[in-house]
Amino acid sequence: MAASSTPAGGLTLAQGIGRQTDYWWTVFKRTWRGGIISSFFSPLFYVLAMGVLLGGFIEVDPARLEGATSYLAFIVPGLVVAHALGLAVGETTYPVMGGLKWHKTYWAQAATPLEARHIAGAHLMFVLFRLVTACGVFMLVLAPFGVFETWWGPILAFPVQLLTGMAFASVVMGISVRVKSEEAFGVIFRLGVMPLTLFSGAFFPVSNLGPVMEWLARATPMWHGVNLSRMLCLDTVDWSLALVNLAVLVSVTAFGWWWAARGLERRLVL
Amino acid sequence: MILARGLRKSFGDFEAVKGIDVDVRRGEAFGFLGPNGAGKSSTMRMIASVSPISGGELSILGMDPATQGPAIRSRLGVCPQEDTLDNELNVRDNLFIYGRYFGIPKGEVNTRVDELLEFVQLTDKARSRVEDLSGGMKRRLTIARSLVNKPDLLLLDEPTTGLDPQARHVLWDQLFRLKQAGVTLVITTHYMDEAEQLCDRLVVMDKGLIAAEGSPRQLIEEHSTREVAELRFGIVDEGNVHEQIAEKIGDLGRLEVLPDRILVYSPDGEEVIARVHERGLEPIAVLVRRSTLEDVFLKLTGRTLVD
Repeated sequence: MAASSTPAGGLTLAQGIGRQTDYWWTVFKRTWRGGIISSFFSPLFYVLAMGVLLGGFIEVDPARLEGATSYLAFIVPGLVVAHALGLAVGETTYPVMGGLKWHKTYWAQAATPLEARHIAGAHLMFVLFRLVTACGVFMLVLAPFGVFETWWGPILAFPVQLLTGMAFASVVMGISVRVKSEEAFGVIFRLGVMPLTLFSGAFFPVSNLGPVMEWLARATPMWHGVNLSRMLCLDTVDWSLALVNLAVLVSVTAFGWWWAARGLERRLVL
Repeated sequence: MILARGLRKSFGDFEAVKGIDVDVRRGEAFGFLGPNGAGKSSTMRMIASVSPISGGELSILGMDPATQGPAIRSRLGVCPQEDTLDNELNVRDNLFIYGRYFGIPKGEVNTRVDELLEFVQLTDKARSRVEDLSGGMKRRLTIARSLVNKPDLLLLDEPTTGLDPQARHVLWDQLFRLKQAGVTLVITTHYMDEAEQLCDRLVVMDKGLIAAEGSPRQLIEEHSTREVAELRFGIVDEGNVHEQIAEKIGDLGRLEVLPDRILVYSPDGEEVIARVHERGLEPIAVLVRRSTLEDVFLKLTGRTLVD
C-alpha cells in the first residue's frame, strides 16, 4: 500500500513491521490496563445512558430509524463505529507526536534498517490491533441486548468498524506526521472527531439534518462506516450502497496509509 | 569504511557541508573536530545513511547510501547527539527491542543484551526505567544500544556533551576498549581533549569545510609550537590595552589576543615569560603549557572551539 519500491538490502513491508512487534507488544503490555476502562466500561455506560435510559423516552416508527426496532438497536452499530473513530484518532495523534518529538522513538528506529514506511506501517497495525480488541469487546458486550437481527450481520459489521477506524487512523497519522505542534490535535478533536461523531448518523438518522447537511454528512467516511455497519447489524442491507460504502472506506484507508508513510519519510529523512 | 569526495549538504539556501573529502580506514578512530554549526552532525547523518547527500560522492562500507541505505544501516551503530531512548521502557527492554529491529533472533538478542549491560556497567539497572537514569548512564545505555547489532562502524555524535567529568572518563574508557577490540569509531566533538584522547586521526571542520587533517600530534606540530605561554593581565578597561601590550611582545612568538588573555606561541614558554617581565610588563597570572588541538583550531579559524 505504501511506497513499495524496496531498496537493495531493504526489507519488505511485512518484514519491517514484523521486526517491530516486540516493541509494540511491550507498549501494549504497559498501557492495556488504562485502555480496559475505555474499551469495556465506556461502551457499557454509553449503551445504558443513550440507548436504554434516553432511548426509553424515544418511540419512533422503525421506518424513521432506518429499520431499527428500537432506538438502542439503531444507535448500537453507530456507537461502535464512533468508538473506533475516537480510538483511532487518539492512537494516531499524541503517540505519533511522541515518536517524533518527545520520545523520538521514530528517529531511533530510522537509524536501523527500518524505513519510514515500516515505522508508519507498524504504528498503524498497532492501531488495528487496538481496534480489534476494543470493537470486539464492544460488540460482545452488546450481543446480549438483542440488538442484532442476524448472527452473520454483526460478524460482517465488525471488519467494517475496523476499516472505518483504519480510514481515520491513517489519514490522521498523515496529518500528525506533518504538523509541528500538538496544538493541531485540539482542532482535530473539536472540528473533526466531535462533529463526525455527532452528525454522521451514529445517534440519529442523517435525514433529520435537512437536505444540505444530510448530503454533507453522507460525504464523510464516517457516515459510510456507520451506514454499512448499521445495514449489516439490522439486516437492511442495500448491497449496491454497501459496495459504495466499502469502496469509500477502502480508498480512504489506502490513500491515508500511503500519505502517512510518505509524510513520515519526509519528516525523518532530511 | 567511509569514502567521501566533495561531499555536500544543503538545507534550502543554507549550505551546512560545502564539499569535504574524508577517508576512514578499518579499525581506526576518526574524529570530526569543530565548533557547533561546523557541519559535523550533518556529515554524521549522511554517513549514518539517514540523510541524503546534496552533492559529491559518498560510499559507506563500499555501498551507496542512496540505494543501499538499509543494508548499510544494518551494519552501523549510531549514538546520536540527543538520546533517543524510550524513556517509558526499562533499560533491558530498550536494548532488546532495538536488537529486534535488526532482525536478530530473540535468544541471541537476550544473550547480547546481558553482555552489553555488563560492558557498560548497567547490569544492576536492567529493570530500571530509563527516565530514572543519570545523564551518564543514559549515554552508556545509548552506546550499548548502538552495539547491539555488532556494528562494523560505530558513529558517535558528541558522545560526552553534557556529561560531568567523571562520567566522561568512564565513557572514554569504554570507547577506548571498543577501539582496542577493533571497532572502527567515528566521533564528532567540540572538545579538543576528547579528540586528543580518542582519535587516531581527525579533521578540523569549520563552516562546512575541512580546515586541516591529520593525527592530533601531526596537527599540533604543523600548526602550532611546542609550548604556549598564557598571559592574563586582569580586567582591561577599554579594549585596546591588550593590543598595546601585544605590540610590545609581538617579537616573542606568534600571538593570539583573546578577550581574557594573550597566548604566545613559542618552543620555550618559560623563556617568553622571562622576556615579558624584562620588558616591565606585569601579568597577574601566567601559565606555560603544551600546545593542544584548541590552539590548532584557534590558528586555523581565529576562533575558540567552545564559545
